[in-house]
Amino acid sequence: MLAASSITTLRKGITAGEITPRDIVLDVARAIEARNAEIGAYLSWDVDAALAEAERADTSKPLGGIPIAVKDNMNVTGQPCTCGSRMLAENYKAPYDAGAIRRLRASGAIPFGRLNMDEFAMGSSSENSALGITRNPRDLSRVPGGSSGGSAAAVAGDLAIAALGSDTGGSIRQPAALCGCVGIKPTYGRVSRYGLVAFASSLDQIGPVTKTVEDAALLLNHLCGYDAQDSTSLNVEAPDFTAAIGQDIKGLRIGLPKEYYISGIHAGVSASVQAAIRQLESLGAIIEEISLPHTELGVATYYVLAPAEASANLARFDGVRYGHRSGSAGDLMEHYQFSRAEGFGPEVKRRILLGTYVLSSGYYDAYYIRAQKARTLIRNDFTEAFKKVDVILSPTSPMPAHKLGELKDNPLAAYLEDVFTIPVNLAGLPGISVPCGNVDMEGKSLPVGLQIVGKALDEATVLRVAHAFEQSR
Amino acid sequence: MSEAHQIDIHHVAKLARLALTEDEARRYETQLDGILSYIDTLTRYNLDGVEPTAHAMPVYDVLRSDEVRPGFSQDQALANAPKCLADQFQILKVIE
Repeated sequence: MLAASSITTLRKGITAGEITPRDIVLDVARAIEARNAEIGAYLSWDVDAALAEAERADTSKPLGGIPIAVKDNMNVTGQPCTCGSRMLAENYKAPYDAGAIRRLRASGAIPFGRLNMDEFAMGSSSENSALGITRNPRDLSRVPGGSSGGSAAAVAGDLAIAALGSDTGGSIRQPAALCGCVGIKPTYGRVSRYGLVAFASSLDQIGPVTKTVEDAALLLNHLCGYDAQDSTSLNVEAPDFTAAIGQDIKGLRIGLPKEYYISGIHAGVSASVQAAIRQLESLGAIIEEISLPHTELGVATYYVLAPAEASANLARFDGVRYGHRSGSAGDLMEHYQFSRAEGFGPEVKRRILLGTYVLSSGYYDAYYIRAQKARTLIRNDFTEAFKKVDVILSPTSPMPAHKLGELKDNPLAAYLEDVFTIPVNLAGLPGISVPCGNVDMEGKSLPVGLQIVGKALDEATVLRVAHAFEQSR
Repeated sequence: MSEAHQIDIHHVAKLARLALTEDEARRYETQLDGILSYIDTLTRYNLDGVEPTAHAMPVYDVLRSDEVRPGFSQDQALANAPKCLADQFQILKVIE
């Protein structure tokens, strides 16, 4: 089955003349049609459009003819872009290609299929999608994680070869961990955010979700680069990340933050991560304990800054230029209030209200400025730690995938599951999640993810460690 | 208003241009109060003299030359509008 193959394998097949882009698109479409009803990874997919692109594909390009599935918050011309929301579900069609999509197309890839997600990327289970449930392919009674749950479920369930996700507080890495695939959040500014529907602009970053570390490196090669249409895009050259693949890690210094290994981690997750640490040590890495003293502030800081930015970003949904428009408003104020009340779901409303509150007169200094200061301390923690070590290791998520509906009425408990991933976004650093073991629960084997965090712009080392670990298992 | 954080949920909802039912207002007020109690972790640290960080990477005031560039046509810009009239976005009457 081609849909179960890696990009690297398929590219070899195309180059050798054994398979065509059309074969691949048809096989992925068959996989979607066979299994999407139970997994719910995709919200929509246009086989005819993808086949037309497959016919035209320039297979001499590095991703030539490879279909890539896209989280439903990135604009691809003519396709829906629902963000998992009723707000955009009715009739929105993207009028342009996002920066990351332009890069993918320039390298020959075919954007194919729209992936489910927590509404406006707010959540870590994909249960906040207003448009359908996504299930974990390893256990259909459990969540795939989120917010890029559709991306991880599609890739891990072999309904996609690779996918794009977006990560604001762990939304690529955590679902990759929970579904058992690879997900990397690049350094903030590496990949253009132009055309990615903004959640928290100072934290959002697009990245690959793939079956292998090598694929993550390859796909990242063709996503990175300066984009004048994103004012936070970094004007720096990205190296060839695939060159890092296959290098050994002898003498590489790996830091274990003592604050991360205290309590609240599921025993099975802990055992898998400890085994991974021993494995990396056996490959020649030097393991050191480090300290990130302000770890405790991460989640609190995030839940001020991200909702604050979201409340401003989502102000654009006014029912005038695009999105849902209420039919029952009597005046302009009601038009805004009703259109937004009808279009947004509960978690989005909760975060807009929280963000509006922390930015409102009298609370701005007490919450917003205070959180920005805490962000400085969290960032400084990493700067200090990276004077001693090359990468930092932790579980991606403290828990394996929970049951659908389990955390429905407890938003705070759900927020705390992002404790290891959030600080990485606050500091703008690259982080990958790579499968490192399984936990047996109720007769099912649930994946555990290992998070490897690197210095700013040092995705190469992160990928090198992840690949060495992946290959040694 | 909630006890601990004095959240006037109706005022916040108005600022956010969100219509809430009474039931929603009560539920969000309670939930926000709980989340803000957790966020109060931030008050346990002395942050005096710490510089605020708005962005993790140092990118400031990116400007471009003031030149005309191609953009959307009127049709493209209006294509996703829920209501249009005479090639313009249509809103409710604001002037009597």
